[in-house]
Amino acid sequence: MSKSFGQTAAVHELDLAVRPGELLALLGPSGSGKTTFLRLVAGLEAPTEGRLLFGNTDATRLAVRDRRVGFVFQHYALFRHLTVAQNIAYGLNVRPARSRPAKAEIRRRVADLLDLVQLVGLDGRYPAQLSGGQRQRVALARALAVEPRVLLLDEPFGALDAKVRRDLRRWLRDIHDRTGHTTLFVTHDQEEALELADRVAIFNRGRIEQVGTPDEVLDRPATAFVASFVGEAVRLPVDAAGYWVRIGPHAVRTPGENVSGPAELFVRRGDLVVSDDRRHSIPARVLAVRRTGGTRRAELALADDLPSVEVDLPADSVVGKGDVLSVMLATVRLFSSRSVS
Amino acid sequence: MSAAAVTGWVPALRKPSALPGFGITLGFALTYLSLIVLIPLAVLVARAGELGLEGVWQVATQPRVLAALKVSFLTAAAASVINALFGAVVAWVLVRYEFPGRRLLDAAVDLPFALPTAVAGIALAALYATNGWIGAPFAPWGIKIAFTPLGILIALIFVGLPFVVRTVQPVLQDFDREVEEASATLGATRLQTVLRVVLPGLTPAILTGVALAFARAVGEYGSVIFIAGNIPFESEIAPLLIVTRLEEFDYAGAAALAAVMLAISFLTLLAINALQAFSRRRFGDA
Repeated sequence: MSKSFGQTAAVHELDLAVRPGELLALLGPSGSGKTTFLRLVAGLEAPTEGRLLFGNTDATRLAVRDRRVGFVFQHYALFRHLTVAQNIAYGLNVRPARSRPAKAEIRRRVADLLDLVQLVGLDGRYPAQLSGGQRQRVALARALAVEPRVLLLDEPFGALDAKVRRDLRRWLRDIHDRTGHTTLFVTHDQEEALELADRVAIFNRGRIEQVGTPDEVLDRPATAFVASFVGEAVRLPVDAAGYWVRIGPHAVRTPGENVSGPAELFVRRGDLVVSDDRRHSIPARVLAVRRTGGTRRAELALADDLPSVEVDLPADSVVGKGDVLSVMLATVRLFSSRSVS
Repeated sequence: MSAAAVTGWVPALRKPSALPGFGITLGFALTYLSLIVLIPLAVLVARAGELGLEGVWQVATQPRVLAALKVSFLTAAAASVINALFGAVVAWVLVRYEFPGRRLLDAAVDLPFALPTAVAGIALAALYATNGWIGAPFAPWGIKIAFTPLGILIALIFVGLPFVVRTVQPVLQDFDREVEEASATLGATRLQTVLRVVLPGLTPAILTGVALAFARAVGEYGSVIFIAGNIPFESEIAPLLIVTRLEEFDYAGAAALAAVMLAISFLTLLAINALQAFSRRRFGDA
């Protein structure tokens, strides 16, 4: 499945191939075009340019109702005047008489889906009588009832509280593994995307910056945007030349060759390690030390006018405020300033 | 002051609340409604009572009165049903589509409220008469509009239109588009979406509009008498009979007739309210 679009402002010339059966997260800040993209796939928006393929069939001109996509909305969009069972059966009941399953068959399918989404016994309730998490599960069951070719979830857990969100996340992964539907889901929560998805597509300003597994986007960010958006990175302005990077007043040698000129260094916790190696390390002043779980976390200043970075120390470390540590860059994520917007 | 003293004489109704104001607003509402609505209606019923139940029954069952009541309530019912249909369509068009002149059309909906009803009646009568712009093309087919019950119907549709439009409009404005989109992604045709998803959501509002339009139509006088022709047993409405009685200084008779209309209207509105409560409950708002 591949597609490219040119829609003013919202999405620019996207090309994304989704593998059958995969769970792909569309991750990006709000306004980055991920929801627009999802709606284009569903047929709720029409592309100004480009094509949408399901396998080998062109679905660009196909009406929404003929696409057989299961769409789950952030705010559920359940039919308030119908019971849970009627909501789930809706997609089957609106089929033309020729292809509509028999009443008993519909009942059986609804019962199966209620079982799948763990809502057995609530079939007679109205949406107003359900909790947010239950409503979202009804919405998913309703989308699954039509046996969609692709399942599209628009910020499915966005309106739920953190605890319910974590439970549903695990549960959605479980359902995906059991039913094997090709699934696209939109989120701005990177933790959610990285934990849940097989692959993540990172959106920024209507373009896709990178598509890759969680490992790839975390360890090998393709662009400065990905490096800063995924993982909590501190951004340091530096100068680079060959194997050397100048951070504030200090020069440090890196394992690989770098771009030359002004650059941005993205430092995540764990990228810095304490080291005695004089050649590869630089001095850093300890600003504060906090105890978190099994480690002791130190906040460091590499130079006076740079943002502070963090390093994890052993819990029994005796380092205190004002000490100077020698730290080395274990991982280098460096992007030329020209590519950073 | 103890809590019991604060709750006063309505302890069963008064629940402790962080948002006070129950006492003063209930008191105001009761006083106001009494002065404006309840006392005048009570006087009306009392006046009719001068004739006794027997007398009221006699007034109400005169053939000419029965015919007028039938004309009044049937045309009012028909007009409000027609308004439900077309009012909903007008509201839909005004809310859902952008087109030149939309604001103008939106404002025009309220004109039946603003126009003196007699003016409307004269204008409609002129238009729908057999030599009028609209009446003339129908004349060769033997269809007379003005000065028949059909004319009454037209006038009542005219005065009742704003009610349905104005009650449906805000509900439609707030209607969640995503619900319609959900229906479409599930394979429903546009018609199925409108009938199965949108209409159930609008039903309570449409019923409210119908109730208001019906109430207005039953009591409408000014516009109807000019277009009705007022032929006894054919196009004579009950309010006209009441006015006739008043002109003959038969106040008790007029009051009796009014009380009968009031009773029928009240029962009809009660039925519409029950229907509304039922559809609200189904909609999950209860």
